[in-house]
Amino acid sequence: MELDFSNQAHFIVALAPEIILAVWGIVILMVGVSSRRSEGPGESLDLGWLSLLGIFAATFANGWLYGVTEVGTHSMIALDGFALFSNWIILGGAGLSILISQSYVEKQGLQAAEFYALLIYSTVGLMVMVAARDLIVIFLGLEIMSVAVYVLSAINRRSRTSAEAGLKYFLLGAFSTGFFLYGIALVYGATGSTHISAIAESIASGAAHGALLMFGIALLAVGFSFKVSVVPFHMWTPDVYEGAPTPVTAFMSVAVKAGAFLAFLRVFSVAFTDAYESWWVILWWLTVLTMVVANLIATVQVSVKRMLAYSGIAHAGYLMVAIVAANESAAAGLLFYLLIYTLMNIGAFGIVILVSGQGEDRLEIQEYAGLGWRHPLLGLGFTVFLLSLAGFPGTGGFIGKVFLLQGAMEADLVYLSVILVLTTVISYWYYLRVAWYMWMRDPTLNAAASPIQVPVAMRLALIAGVILILYLGVFPGTTMELARSSVTALSAVGPGLIGLAP
Amino acid sequence: MLNALGYENWALHALIWLPVLGMAHVLWAAEDRAKWLALRWSLVVFALSVGLWWAYDPALGGGYQLESSRPWIAAWGVNYALGLDGISLFMVMLTTFTTPLAVLGSFNYIKKRQKPFYALMLLLEVGVVGVFTAVDLFLFYVFFELTLVPMYFIIGIWGGERRVYAAIKFFLYTAFGSLLMLVGILYIYARGKALLGVTSFAFVDLLQIPLTPGEQMWLFGAFALAFAIKVPVFPFHTWLPDAHVEAPTPGSVMLAAVLLKMGTYGFVRFLLPFFPVAAQHPSVVTLMLVLGVVGIIYASWVAAVQPDAKKLVAYTSVAHMGFVVVGIFALNVNGLQGGLLVMISHGISTGALFLLLGMLYERRHTRLIDEFGGIGRVAPWLATAFVITALSSIGLPGTSGFVGEFLALLGVFEDHPGIGIFAASGVIFAAYYMLPMVQSVFFNALEKPENQAVQDLSRREVAILAPMIALMIVIGVHPTPLLRKMEPSVQMVLERVYAAAPPSAAVIESGRDVSGSEMAE
Repeated sequence: MELDFSNQAHFIVALAPEIILAVWGIVILMVGVSSRRSEGPGESLDLGWLSLLGIFAATFANGWLYGVTEVGTHSMIALDGFALFSNWIILGGAGLSILISQSYVEKQGLQAAEFYALLIYSTVGLMVMVAARDLIVIFLGLEIMSVAVYVLSAINRRSRTSAEAGLKYFLLGAFSTGFFLYGIALVYGATGSTHISAIAESIASGAAHGALLMFGIALLAVGFSFKVSVVPFHMWTPDVYEGAPTPVTAFMSVAVKAGAFLAFLRVFSVAFTDAYESWWVILWWLTVLTMVVANLIATVQVSVKRMLAYSGIAHAGYLMVAIVAANESAAAGLLFYLLIYTLMNIGAFGIVILVSGQGEDRLEIQEYAGLGWRHPLLGLGFTVFLLSLAGFPGTGGFIGKVFLLQGAMEADLVYLSVILVLTTVISYWYYLRVAWYMWMRDPTLNAAASPIQVPVAMRLALIAGVILILYLGVFPGTTMELARSSVTALSAVGPGLIGLAP
Repeated sequence: MLNALGYENWALHALIWLPVLGMAHVLWAAEDRAKWLALRWSLVVFALSVGLWWAYDPALGGGYQLESSRPWIAAWGVNYALGLDGISLFMVMLTTFTTPLAVLGSFNYIKKRQKPFYALMLLLEVGVVGVFTAVDLFLFYVFFELTLVPMYFIIGIWGGERRVYAAIKFFLYTAFGSLLMLVGILYIYARGKALLGVTSFAFVDLLQIPLTPGEQMWLFGAFALAFAIKVPVFPFHTWLPDAHVEAPTPGSVMLAAVLLKMGTYGFVRFLLPFFPVAAQHPSVVTLMLVLGVVGIIYASWVAAVQPDAKKLVAYTSVAHMGFVVVGIFALNVNGLQGGLLVMISHGISTGALFLLLGMLYERRHTRLIDEFGGIGRVAPWLATAFVITALSSIGLPGTSGFVGEFLALLGVFEDHPGIGIFAASGVIFAAYYMLPMVQSVFFNALEKPENQAVQDLSRREVAILAPMIALMIVIGVHPTPLLRKMEPSVQMVLERVYAAAPPSAAVIESGRDVSGSEMAE
């Protein structure tokens, strides 16, 4: 099937996954309202599975779209491999987040309908964002996503930390949105368009106004850096990640970060290709700063949740390497890494939810003492997630890191690669520390007294995570090729990705 | 007969995958059967590996034999490719030989959590055999890193008092080196793609890439650091005493006998042939030789004053590895073959020493030399075994230790007599640290009452030690078959080194020289 976007009706086909999800969010709300009167104990679980159904429907639609091609590249919404692969990542992240949040929502007595509906809306926002070819549409997606996530992080009304996290995220997020919007305005001023291919053409032809453009690019970079939490724009991240309900943190750390990164990549490697010389040095420094600072701070954390927050920032640093390298390998590496990062981070947060029992207590690393011997399968699972986060061979995390490093090598970013691996050594320390508590310490009395129940949904998420991580670590071929063919779509848009290597 | 079975097609794969099956079996079975299963599987692997001796034919030249390759990650040109040459043959056999003995040696030592322990031992074997048989650099790296995980847990869970500290230190040190090597690997790969359009990690393809002298220096540095930490070469050795002392006996045995060899194997396999210009640059050669000699002398002196027998043996590893480094960087046939022989003999004799110390520890629950005395009177066979092993470790003529060190020294004296003199002094120091220990443990007066109850070797222990001691003597008396097997491959490495035009100093200086030119002669 071919789509011609001059016919407005074809947009409905191209946006089928987003539309399905948006409608599904309303359905969830309505089911929630109608069942509220007879509030039973199993209610939130049902809503969880129901939301999952919506995610499945959207995933199915996304798969179906692989058979559909678009005519030209001048629409505001892209229907290319890049957008579709990005949707896999985002939908996967959302689905896994729903799986790990079910027991949490029930135990904490959160409003299930609102929780799942907001999660679905933010997913819609993310999908719009990664498919957008126009800065304004990106902004639209960004706002749909952000507003939903602001509420989500404050959704636990009884918790002060949750409220604090929501407020902090909202204030700083609003601030970064301002930067972003101002950046769009300046780029528009410099190039006369908000469409990324038009911007690219304008820059390539030399028609763009230099100073305005530079300012615009810088402000956009700041806006994106906020969302993907690059140092020094990361200040909100540890606090928000720590304060927000853990499943929301998990969702933020994977899907939200993935969406922001993918839009970041599309804008910078398509629209600003020909201005590469002027922005790569700045991003290079931000990348180095992120990797070094985040990894160093993560080593001294005592709360596993906060440690994972800093580890998330550190991973933002690794992923930034792909943006700086800006060639095909790096872009494909970014896709692959985000996929694997989604799996391993959700898994790690899932374990955190399990260990913390009722809610947000027992986050300290001492609580993990002897976990491996008390619950061998949980311990093994967590070990796999940690080794993958550390980038150890045999896990997908290793392949992802090598992929990013290859991109960096092809762009001659040798120093950046060296810094990446050196900071990885630092990260071994804090990932291994958890492993050593789990396997090499005896459990505390407190921990031994409270056996861990693993609900079905959680079990599904963890098993899927472990299997996929190991599968992608041992047989990455097919997925890698899909990632690579997905990014070729990007070069069809603008003058092409920047390949410094011949 | 081997041909009829198609042995050369599946042997190497079986050596890697059988322990994996064994792992699953061990984890599946009951706790009290774990050790027997692990022993059985590792013996099967050893039995299979014996055939390699006949399957590898040095008359066919020094290249890889028993090669087989299957695409693994096609997009990157990564192959699951295995092969064997005259250098890796011995390393593989050493591994498969040591593993069942280490497993047998842990029967009494490992009392709790047996299933995971034996599963990890088998996983370790997978990793090490993989390192020695991989002929694809990516695959090599994966196996190289894979060995870290089981060792980390073996030290950290079943080790001594400061086990966690030792495990983390071991892990971080070695990971630090190998991650820098990863950057080096990817750099070579990227150069190959850019210059020749080759996307492959196969050794043979990577050897074709013309690297400039400057690049070779940097890459040599990255690879050398990774392997030097693993070996360990003198300034990078500090993780080793901790890891050895804290590791449980079988962990120390595997560490000393096999894991350290991965470093020196890397020297021979990568540093010399891949970066020939850097490897024969005078300042690099001098630096490596000096580090080797310093390692020999320093470690010997430190060993001499250790109150803890296990720590003493740990330091002797550093000294022996110094001989290997000196032999390798003599850059001639004698030196290289000597280095390889020292690797083999150190694997056997130090492995045996750790096993013996483990046996003493099981009897007396101490490793402090002063706590013993006169053990020889109550346990004569134990004492005999210990003395033979210690003498082989010192390098007494007629034992395996002598042949290797002699050849290595011979090699050094050809071009670097000054270095040779210092290195040779290491043999004397070896006697200086080893013999007093042997004396005070086994021969002094039998004063302490606890020592009078020490029992002699059990049948199981005889079964462990007998093959090791037999090998020490056989290799010591008749090393020619080994030398003949390894010679073509060693020749090939050296030819590769000398085929590269000798570097002119000007090129290196204008390039990026990292390897301490102040050490130049």
